[in-house]
Amino acid sequence: MHHLNNIYRLYYDGFKSMKIGKKLWLLIAIKLFILFAIVKWIFFPNVLKTKFDTDAQRSTYILEQLTQQKE
Amino acid sequence: MEHTAELIDWSRAQFALTALYHWLFVPLTLGLTFIIAIMETIYVKTGDLWWKKTTQFWMTVLAINFAIGLATGIIMEFEFGTNWSNYSWIVGDIFGAPLAIEGLMAFFMESTFFAVMFFGWEKVSKKMHLISTWLVAIGSNLSALWILVANGWMQHPVGMTFNPDTARNEMHDFAAVFFNPNAVSKFLHTISSGYVLASVFVIGISAWYLIKRREIMFAKRSIIVAASFGLITSLFMLSSGDKSAFEVAQNQPMKLAAMEGLYEGEERAGIIAIGLLDKEKELGDKKEPFIFSLEIPNALSFLGYHSLNAFVPGIHDLVYGNEKHHIMSVSEKMKEGKLAVSALSDYKTYKKEGKDTKAKDALQNFRAHEKYMGYGYLKSPKDAVPNVALTFYSFHTMVGLGTWFLILFILVLYFAMINEIEKKRWLLYAALWSIPLAYVAQECGWIVAEVGRQPWAIQDLLPVGMAASNIASSSVMLTFWLFAVLFTGLLIAEVKIMLTQIKNGPEVH
Repeated sequence: MHHLNNIYRLYYDGFKSMKIGKKLWLLIAIKLFILFAIVKWIFFPNVLKTKFDTDAQRSTYILEQLTQQKE
Repeated sequence: MEHTAELIDWSRAQFALTALYHWLFVPLTLGLTFIIAIMETIYVKTGDLWWKKTTQFWMTVLAINFAIGLATGIIMEFEFGTNWSNYSWIVGDIFGAPLAIEGLMAFFMESTFFAVMFFGWEKVSKKMHLISTWLVAIGSNLSALWILVANGWMQHPVGMTFNPDTARNEMHDFAAVFFNPNAVSKFLHTISSGYVLASVFVIGISAWYLIKRREIMFAKRSIIVAASFGLITSLFMLSSGDKSAFEVAQNQPMKLAAMEGLYEGEERAGIIAIGLLDKEKELGDKKEPFIFSLEIPNALSFLGYHSLNAFVPGIHDLVYGNEKHHIMSVSEKMKEGKLAVSALSDYKTYKKEGKDTKAKDALQNFRAHEKYMGYGYLKSPKDAVPNVALTFYSFHTMVGLGTWFLILFILVLYFAMINEIEKKRWLLYAALWSIPLAYVAQECGWIVAEVGRQPWAIQDLLPVGMAASNIASSSVMLTFWLFAVLFTGLLIAEVKIMLTQIKNGPEVH
């Protein structure tokens, strides 16, 4: 319990006494929000997961892609 | 599936953009963490509070770089799933393990000890704090290890087997993947280049203080640590560069030929020290590739094969073959590749029809030709040639700048040791202006590594055209510009915050 309290105090006091760090955390938060809540969600779906339900279907699709150029 | 050239170009451009921006942040973290650890070690050994202040200032600079750069690499993961889904599926099993270990290591080592390093000055003992600082340095470098193991595998795929039922490469030998000579040399060369960049960075900023006649003691101390570290790691970088070139010669001879603009192979091949490529030069014509060039005799034979007399194949030999030196032409490899693709197709059909004996034969046929499978997707032998000019100039810029940094470290260290560094204004300016050059050298290194290996996403097995997803090129174009704006914004924020911090100086960090 004593150790947990020490760890809590390390982070609590650390964050509280930050100067430039507050600006950096804000920047990190904005960046992560843009990346995960906007960019990933809207623009970067996982193509194979979206198109197919199972790994077997994904394998079949990729194999078709790889073998369509057969002469 | 045949994708349009436009889609492939935009997908490549987007990946290049995000990778190059991401790499603006990484190398400083790799090197600065070690410089900080050395400075703190001196503080703990001597008890001199000046060293504590010096350490804390550079720690703040590190925090800015870390915060701005954080998660910029994750975008490449997004791109794998969207723009490069074929590639992601095919390499999934190879990438999964290293990237999972990287994620865990980065999270536990960096995040935990980063907090102790920044918040723990008055909370933990000096010794514990110092250990945390060293663990941050080691942890951040180990994170890079796993990414570079994955990249090394793409350049020289080993330790895996392609499963024709799942269309995935499956790892059968983790040690072969981990100790892949390409990955080892790539890791060592990459991290040592990060150490050199961080050293140039610390020296450059310290030189600015000396130019402004501020923070003299802080600047001189920083310079001595960074120049010593930079000098040692520069020598290490040279030797790891030699190892990298050797590996490239063995596994990616086309890349080596492009790096040197070597069209016709030769024995006792030299390295071009300075050269201007003739833009009109085309593969197969009789024109000289260079308008002018200064060559170091025998050096390329030695670099690539550790023998002064070795034959180094040129682009022409690699495309059209060379019987005397047992080099197979791209046309022959394309035939092999097409046989592999055809056998894979037969295997798939026979399996579906339940004809097990025929499927077994087709699989055996596939295994006999799969080494050159990727060539089966090329349209022309010339498709196997990367952009020679970009590879050549990037390589020579990187080497030239690396040599300059070595000279810079020697000069700066010498004048700092005899306490005359403040008087050498020209050297201080040169050090300051070397900061952007160090970033240029870093980016050039990656251009050599990635452009030089084109057209391959996985060397000899999967060309980029087959690796890309079949999506609308307009959506890739849109996200390209989105990232261009986002990253430029982040870069401006980093430079602005960092410059403010530097102008404030170590006293008020």
